[in-house]
Formats: sequence, structure tokens, C-alpha cells
Amino acid sequence: MTGKITVMDPRGYPPKVEGKRLANRPESLDGKVLYLIDCLFDNADVFMEQLRLWFAENMPKVETRMIKPRESWVDDPEMRAKVVAGGDVAIIGVGL
Amino acid sequence: MGFALELEKAGIPTIPVSTHAFARLAKATTLAAGMPTIRNAFVPQPVVGLSPGELRAYIEGIDPVAKKPFMEVVLDGLTGPLTDEDYKGATFERTTPRFLEPDTEDNLRQLFIQEGWTDFLPIILPTEARVEAMLKGTSHAGDKFVNRMAPTSFREKWDFDVEKVAINAVMAGARPEYLPVILALCSSGFSARSSSTTSWATISLVNGPIRNEINMNSGIGALGPYNHANATIGRAYCLLSMNAQGGSEPGNTYMGSVGSNWNYTACFAENEERSPWAPFHIDHGHKAEESTAAIFFGGWYTQSGFGPRETWQEKFIRCLTAADHFSSPFIVMDPLVARDFEKLGFDKQSLIEWCAENAKMKAKHYWDDQWTTTLIKPHAVAGVEPFASRLAADPEEMISIFRPEDIEIVVAGGETQGAFKMISGRLVAGPRGAPKKPGGQLLSIDAWR
Repeated sequence: MTGKITVMDPRGYPPKVEGKRLANRPESLDGKVLYLIDCLFDNADVFMEQLRLWFAENMPKVETRMIKPRESWVDDPEMRAKVVAGGDVAIIGVGL
Repeated sequence: MGFALELEKAGIPTIPVSTHAFARLAKATTLAAGMPTIRNAFVPQPVVGLSPGELRAYIEGIDPVAKKPFMEVVLDGLTGPLTDEDYKGATFERTTPRFLEPDTEDNLRQLFIQEGWTDFLPIILPTEARVEAMLKGTSHAGDKFVNRMAPTSFREKWDFDVEKVAINAVMAGARPEYLPVILALCSSGFSARSSSTTSWATISLVNGPIRNEINMNSGIGALGPYNHANATIGRAYCLLSMNAQGGSEPGNTYMGSVGSNWNYTACFAENEERSPWAPFHIDHGHKAEESTAAIFFGGWYTQSGFGPRETWQEKFIRCLTAADHFSSPFIVMDPLVARDFEKLGFDKQSLIEWCAENAKMKAKHYWDDQWTTTLIKPHAVAGVEPFASRLAADPEEMISIFRPEDIEIVVAGGETQGAFKMISGRLVAGPRGAPKKPGGQLLSIDAWR
């Protein structure tokens, strides 16, 4: 087959992507509230507890607070609102 | 990842921690969200099953992606000054043209393979003439919006219209008269190519007059490769899913560790004529003269048996409790089996209730499961029944693992053997906004004629 033919594109229509900037960073975590968000994957709670212990031992001036969303894979605006209202920085983990 | 993006937008510096197997996916997800410089940290895979000490070693060890100490990556990510790139984010528009650049058939076939637009089996190239012929299978215009689809809940959804469904139907080798069935399945917006690590698949069921109008197979080999309509309808739904949602590429838009054969094609019809019971769609609130499609989301396992013989109850319990209890089964019965159960005094609902009542395991075994722990336990902790009672049970207590509404029964097969199969698959909801029941969980094929 040497003749050229035209075929149609099988892909869907992707959404336009709007750029979003990162949050401003503090210079130091001393005296800051760090939320440790357990994303509820199996064993994530154990990992986040070890992370909490690491901060307690190595950076005691950081106040850590553990928090969990209502369920896995689903947004939890109430939990996010708590983090925004009471926290300065966050770590979420751990995925698979 | 979604939480991290939202928290950053709200002004909270956030580090998402994932295992290194998800590094490529994390990058693609943050780019598509317009925040490509989000500061991820990675630990080795796996996390599941490791002890506190082993996880502590991850924290005190090296981030396998950044090749730096894990905590250095975390602390730099939380406190490191923003760069120009961080401030900018990424605004961009991606387009997919209606037509590809003209080329030879051989080169176009190669292009479709290179781009990941096929399942690596031969396709029919979708020329405009072939797509136009396919569109004659529906009264709807090619530019009619059908739905949106994504490989997983945290990825961006892509739109698709009737023409895109027709293009993928041509590629699958389907005929125009099958198009309403394919459109019905695709209109669910439910992907047949989920990117889940657990290798989900969809298995589709067709009921009503259209089964015979397009000569679908509900007899011998109903679930096998023995019918043009069954084979190509299921394949068209799979191809549309991967292409309409922006791909099904291992390591990026597909993460199923083992994979599933059901992802090639999986569609069959119910043998309504030989069943002693009402057809599946009538059970779900439709009329006999309506044609419907149902999608079962599963494909994890198949338990098989014959009967019902004298010890069928023990056999059923063995099959039900061998099933992964996170993915409930739908039971496909040859008409011979269904009629024998009818002789024993069962109808579909009473047999479903028997299954739910008798499928039990120790609570400690029920909860010792990654997905039950990850996805069901939060509901149990929140007090949602019956999960809360299952969580409160003594570890040695035998607890029910399925609710009646978790199990479905379908009759299919050619009566060459009294066989049944319990196949992983929960009935998924119909189009968004549809009433739950009656009829709300099946997809109307007639609406797409």
C-alpha cells in the first residue's frame, strides 16, 4: 500500500489546563503547625506515625497534628478546611 | 495528590509522599492540574506489609527518585524558596485534531500502535467514509456530547462525542447496527480501562430485543470469542475508554500490576428465552421491550462449578468465600442450573439472599485485606452499617461478607453443561443523575438508536 489515506483521530477532547502557583514557603518550620495527613492507604497510618516520631525527636519545635480524610479516594473539604485554618504546612502520605 | 493540589492552592505548602513506582504518574497528574512543580517526595515500593521499623528506615533513608535523603527532600520542599517556574504554574491547551495527517496505510497502522491507540490486535483504520457509515447506526449527530471519562478519579476528565465513539467502533471492527449498544456503554462515562493498580476490568451485559436484532450470542460460548457482535461491542467500549480518557499507558495512565484479559473485550447477552426467571433488566425496573446495557466492574476472579448437586450449598459457600470479598460477584448460570435451582424452590432474589446470608468468614480474615482496610474501614469507623458491626465483631466471629445488593444473577449459556461461574463484578451506576432504582442502574440502548 503506497497511496496516502486520511483517517480520523480516535482520542477524546482534553480540558484546557490553567496554571496554578505553589503556596509561599516559610523560611523555617520552627513554631509552625505541620499537619500529617494519613491518606488511608493500607499501612499509611504506621508510616505517618513514624514521621510524627521523627519530627518529635529531630525537630521538636514543629507542632505536628495527625488528621485523616473521611474516606479514601474522595475529597474531604471539611478536613482540608481544618488544615487551612489551623496549619502552616502539610505532608500527605503515603500512596501505594 | 488531589489533596496536595487543593492545599497548595489554599496557601498551605504541602508535600505528597508516594512510592517510587508512581513517580511518572505523579508528574503527569500535576502537569495536567497546571501545577507541574509540586514538590513530591518518594519512598521505595512497597509500604504495605512493612513494620514500623522498616518504614522508619524509609524516612531515614534515600528518596529513590531524587537520590537524596528523604527528609532533606521533604524539608526543602516545605521551606525552599519558590522559583519563577513555581510562580508561573503551567497554562496550556492540548488539542486533538479531527483528522490525522494523510499517510500510507502501513504508516498509519504503525502510528496507531506507537501512540498507544490500540490494544495491539489489528484494527480497521477509521477513514471518514467508514466513520460516516458507522454513524448511520444512530439517529444522533456526530458532534453530540456523550460524556466525560478519566482513567481514575484524580485525573482530569476528557470529553467525547458520538463521532469519537463511532471512530473507535470502526477500529474495533463493529457494525453500524451495534453502535447504539456501544454508545449506551460509553454514555456511562465509566472507563473500561481503569488505571487502578488492582487491574480492574468491565464486563458488559445486554438485555432486551436488540440482542436478537444484532444476533448477539447468549448460548454456547456466550462469554467467549464466538460472536461478532459480542466481540466487537466489548472491544469498541474498551478502545473508546482508553482513547477518550487520554490514554491507558503502563506507568502513566495504567497502573494495573498484573493486568486483565477482560480488558480486550468483555460483553455478552442474557439468555432470556431459556431462563426460568425474569430477565435481568426487568428485575431492575425496565420493560421487556426495552433494550438495556449493564456494566459489571470487577474481573478479579472467576469461581466455577456445576450443579446444583447434592452438596451445592457447601460448594457455593466455598466459591463465595474464596471470592475476594472486596469485589463482590455476579453469578452467570447456564439455563440448566437456573432451572434446577427453580426446582429447589429458589427464585433469583431468594438465591441471592441465601448467598449473602451464608457467605461468612472470620472477622480477622475479612479485615486482613488491603482494599477492605483502605476503602471500607473508614466507613466502618464512621458508623456506617453493616461495616461498623463487622469492625466491632470479635476477630474469631464469623461475619457476613456480602449484602444481598452486592450480588447479581444472570442466565447465559448453551445448555451443554450445567455450569455456573461466579465472576468478580459489582453493578455500576448508570449515567450521573439517573435515579438509583427502578431502572436507574442500567443504561438505555434505545436512547441511542
